[in-house]
Amino acid sequence: MRLPPMIASLTRHKLTVLLMLLATAFTSAIITNIASMVAHRLALLNAPSGIDESSIVLIDSAWIKTAQFGSKSDRDFWPEYQADLHALRGAAGVKSAAVVNGMPFWGGGSSVGVGTTVDDVANAPVYASAFMGGPAAIGTLGLKFVQGRNFSRTDYVRGGHEKVAATIISRALAQRLFHTSHVVGRLIYTHAQKPMRVVGVVAHLMGTSPGLGAADNEYAMLWPVELGGNSVTFALRTAPAERAQVLKQAVALLGMRNPHRIFDDARTFTQMRAKYFRRYSSMVSLLLATGFGLLLVTAAGMAGLTSFWVQQRTRSIGIRRALGATRVDILRYTHLENLLIVTVGILLGCVLAYGLNLQLMKYYALQTLPPSYLVIGAIALWLMGQLAVLAPSLRAGAVPPAVATRSG
Amino acid sequence: MHLFRHYLKLALRNLLDSKVLTTLIVLAIGLGIGASMTMITVLHVMSGDPMPARSARLFYPHLDVGPANANFDFGRAFTWSDVNNLLRAHRAVRQAMMAGGRVVISPGEQIKPFFSSGRYASSEFFAMFDAPFAAGSHWTAKADTNRARVVVLNSELAQRLFGSAAAAVGQPLRIQDQEFRVVGVLNDWHPVPLFYSASGGAYAFKSEDHFFLPLTTAMDIKLRPSGEACWGGGGYTGDQCTWVQFWVELDTPAQIDAYRRFLVGYWREQKMHGRFPRNLPPDLYGLMQRLRLKHLVPSQVTLQLWLALGFLGVCLFNTIGLMLAKFLRRAGEVGVRRALGARRRDIFAQLGVEAGILGLAGGLLGLLLTWFGLWLVRQRPEAYAQLAHLDLTMVLGVFVLAVVTSVLAGLLPAWRACRIPPALQLKIQ
Repeated sequence: MRLPPMIASLTRHKLTVLLMLLATAFTSAIITNIASMVAHRLALLNAPSGIDESSIVLIDSAWIKTAQFGSKSDRDFWPEYQADLHALRGAAGVKSAAVVNGMPFWGGGSSVGVGTTVDDVANAPVYASAFMGGPAAIGTLGLKFVQGRNFSRTDYVRGGHEKVAATIISRALAQRLFHTSHVVGRLIYTHAQKPMRVVGVVAHLMGTSPGLGAADNEYAMLWPVELGGNSVTFALRTAPAERAQVLKQAVALLGMRNPHRIFDDARTFTQMRAKYFRRYSSMVSLLLATGFGLLLVTAAGMAGLTSFWVQQRTRSIGIRRALGATRVDILRYTHLENLLIVTVGILLGCVLAYGLNLQLMKYYALQTLPPSYLVIGAIALWLMGQLAVLAPSLRAGAVPPAVATRSG
Repeated sequence: MHLFRHYLKLALRNLLDSKVLTTLIVLAIGLGIGASMTMITVLHVMSGDPMPARSARLFYPHLDVGPANANFDFGRAFTWSDVNNLLRAHRAVRQAMMAGGRVVISPGEQIKPFFSSGRYASSEFFAMFDAPFAAGSHWTAKADTNRARVVVLNSELAQRLFGSAAAAVGQPLRIQDQEFRVVGVLNDWHPVPLFYSASGGAYAFKSEDHFFLPLTTAMDIKLRPSGEACWGGGGYTGDQCTWVQFWVELDTPAQIDAYRRFLVGYWREQKMHGRFPRNLPPDLYGLMQRLRLKHLVPSQVTLQLWLALGFLGVCLFNTIGLMLAKFLRRAGEVGVRRALGARRRDIFAQLGVEAGILGLAGGLLGLLLTWFGLWLVRQRPEAYAQLAHLDLTMVLGVFVLAVVTSVLAGLLPAWRACRIPPALQLKIQ
């Protein structure tokens, strides 16, 4: 099949060809960006938090102040929590237990301005999530060290976190602050009077509210605090299959130990993560639906225009058939013609895709369009085009040679 | 008129003649309209005015008290001392301070204690925001000064605790282990978004206040407010911590001017004491302006709107192509009509009517799809999702957009078709 006659024939339908080209180009530009947005979100949805998520359950607990404890708001509940933890560790299925404050995917929570010097904190602080936890917190959560060690007995402080002198940080935060992950022994400053010394670095630790394309998703640190505040979270480690059972038992056990508290939220870590990411996963389905919708509409347009051409060319198809062209030749012609238009449309679409990408990046958390997505978009459109013209091309193939003998 | 009816009849016959093309055109218009109207509706409900009757009279003073090098707008909230100074000055028609908070409510034997979120405020809050009472009334300015243990409940909480609004008034209620007295119950008051709160983003669309109690009382019994933004030590009552919101009511332009001058004066005076180092002059934001500054509409929603409009654009290209095919298919017929004396204008009008009918049909499908799209949006987890409902304006909007779209899409094909020369077509025939 030679191209020049095909192009010559298409130039007789300039307007319709132009419309088909534009529809293809815009569809290609949009679905390429959609594919990139979907991939961007999936990467975040699958990012590791550093925590052994499938083994963890969490229970939020808050005391109701009663006469029993006095109405002083600064009462230290650590002794009660210690007794609770002791009881929890004895419960069936619980491998380890700790009291913590703050978790990845908590949403909200506090971030702390840190720096490597006092001036840094004042002038250019790096904001990082600070998670506090008592002994056993690191082991319970299953964090993996790349350098240094866990907190020692003497690192833990009681009451306020102002006294914290040791910290474990994520590799990402180490890189951001010191441009290396060999930072054990280095000092980190906060607004508190004294700096804290880095004792360990963990491979991954997600901050409290990771977001799309944010560089600071893994800026997080752990502080050794024996929490005694009014509201804390119990983190329990168990076998993945026993999570629901352990959660139920633990809430009952804690409630029995002292009825003067509320367990506002009891859930597995997996549930918390899924809830946090719900809007991202629902956006992924919306993006995919839009992409398929676009392909569908453009396919409908192509099918319509192609069947119009076939109808217009019925006579010439008949002549070609009479002159010896086979059915396959006619089919091939229609499909090749579509391939030609779609390919030009895709080339036009590539330029549009980058233009659109640049515009969107100004206003939204979007990554630069990787070239591989242009290929994905092209394949999708080629397939769509070929499927769209299948029905009209079959009709063209079915035109009998005898049509040539008729007029009109 | 008679001619129009004739065109209508012709159009209907033609539409039924080529069923496949008609279906494809209606589908393309319907999908484009459905997708874009769904997102336009979501944006429409999210950027609405929470208090149409009063928003023009409500203002939020903006005073950025943050440190010189801050890259954060500390004017979003006030420090405890500033808000007290402004409140005491009492320069507006009405003014109130407020902050969000979460407390434990212990109703007694029957109901287990539970957390509830609400607002700590000052007495003029209710009159300023025109909050309607079902029973009882707001607390007095004297209760503010005396740090009285009084509380106003919203209708849901009153219902849950006491069975009805009337039964709640005068009853004692234990909040954070302190004995309060219910003085009033609000009547179904749900401003959306929760404009007076500090919270932006999704939170403003899903949260509501279940109770209201004096902020002075909350400070007295050390109820911790939410939303602190601090840049130094000193705790939340100190001079380096902003967390209180402050709204004023100003009814005339003269009052607005006077209040602006008062704010500048206050700011100058405080600067002399070494405060307000950022040197940003004070401002006075109207309610809607404050909402825009808080960026309540998540970027995800506008991104979805752009996607939907892009989708509509692609649908439009395809509709034009399909209409072109549809009209040119009848080139023979058009040629004959032209030869029999029809003017170009007649052909154009007839095809325009046909495009309009296609638009109406597409609009009908689009309306169904919008309704379905909004139902889908409501299934989504975002806080604003529940708001996504069609109103009459939007239903009309669907049809206007659909007909305008399809008539526009029909222009080019109709123009192309009416240029078909009469003679040529006759020759082929």
